[in-house]
Amino acid sequence: MEIRLNGESRFIDQITKMSVAGLLEMEQVTSPEMVAVQLNGEIVDRGTYHNTMIVDRNEVDFLYFMAGG
Amino acid sequence: MLNLTDEQLKRYSRHIILQDVGPEGQAKLMEAKVLVVGAGGLGSPIALYLAAAGVGTIGIVDADVVEISNLQRQVIHFSSDIQRPKVDSAAEKMRAINPEIEVNSYKLYLDASNIKEIISDYDFVLDGTDNFATKFLVNDACVMAGIPFSHGGILRFDGQTMTVLPGRSACYRCSFRQPPPPEAVPSCSQAGVLGAIAGMLGTIQAAEALKFITGAGILLTDTLLTFDAKIMHFRRVVLKKRSDCPLCGENPTILDLTEIDRATCDLSV
Repeated sequence: MEIRLNGESRFIDQITKMSVAGLLEMEQVTSPEMVAVQLNGEIVDRGTYHNTMIVDRNEVDFLYFMAGG
Repeated sequence: MLNLTDEQLKRYSRHIILQDVGPEGQAKLMEAKVLVVGAGGLGSPIALYLAAAGVGTIGIVDADVVEISNLQRQVIHFSSDIQRPKVDSAAEKMRAINPEIEVNSYKLYLDASNIKEIISDYDFVLDGTDNFATKFLVNDACVMAGIPFSHGGILRFDGQTMTVLPGRSACYRCSFRQPPPPEAVPSCSQAGVLGAIAGMLGTIQAAEALKFITGAGILLTDTLLTFDAKIMHFRRVVLKKRSDCPLCGENPTILDLTEIDRATCDLSV
């Protein structure tokens, strides 16, 4: 499947769907707590990362928490 | 409208010749009241540019004193200011740049008990704080009071900012919901930050404040601007005002300001 991840095209071979949790892991996001995930413009509830599936042509954005000032 | 003196016409001439600002826009700046929360990495360039621009009343909030480790990025403070309260150091520089402005200093931590009263005196608020507790507090208090503000955050080589018009555009909680658990927040003293990142983001926030006051251009609403200065990549992520936002949604669950642990992201250590 091909998705848009953080604004860029990403081809994921031999897979037709993947959970949000799986994508975070694949992208080696070490602290998922420090990221809000937006899927097709909607914020994904943290409790549903394992059940929420990403499919072909979905748009995913990782919004990072940044506390520094 | 204010009548600008000859000296003011000269001082602000580069604003006045801008079609989108003009003498009317400059007069609005001179009548405006803007609050800068934090006199650190972001607050430094914000305060300097607002002062230079002639924003008539600028409030600045910070409880800390200047430390040597601040000087790598907090450009409003000098080596000779070490151990001085940051608000005093900042106010002195702002008045030196522009003696026409009024600076209100607040040497305190904003918390649920004092933020409402302080922000109520201002037209626009800029968040330059270094911890999630205060970032969420500024968001919540500004949304509840209907005061527009600019959110800003930096880390390492990255920055993010968005402008919030309460009730009209997405707020910080629409996307970020609640502060991450303190144990997940990376120690910023370990993470570090490239000094110039503070300048890059703070000046974007200052520009948003000036645009809001003058009415020039289009604000950074419903949009999170993020950048990665390592590859100098800028990106706009479209955000939405969410009907299920716990603060500004249809059935809000956050009805009062509450204390959140100030898990500091202290870049100064």
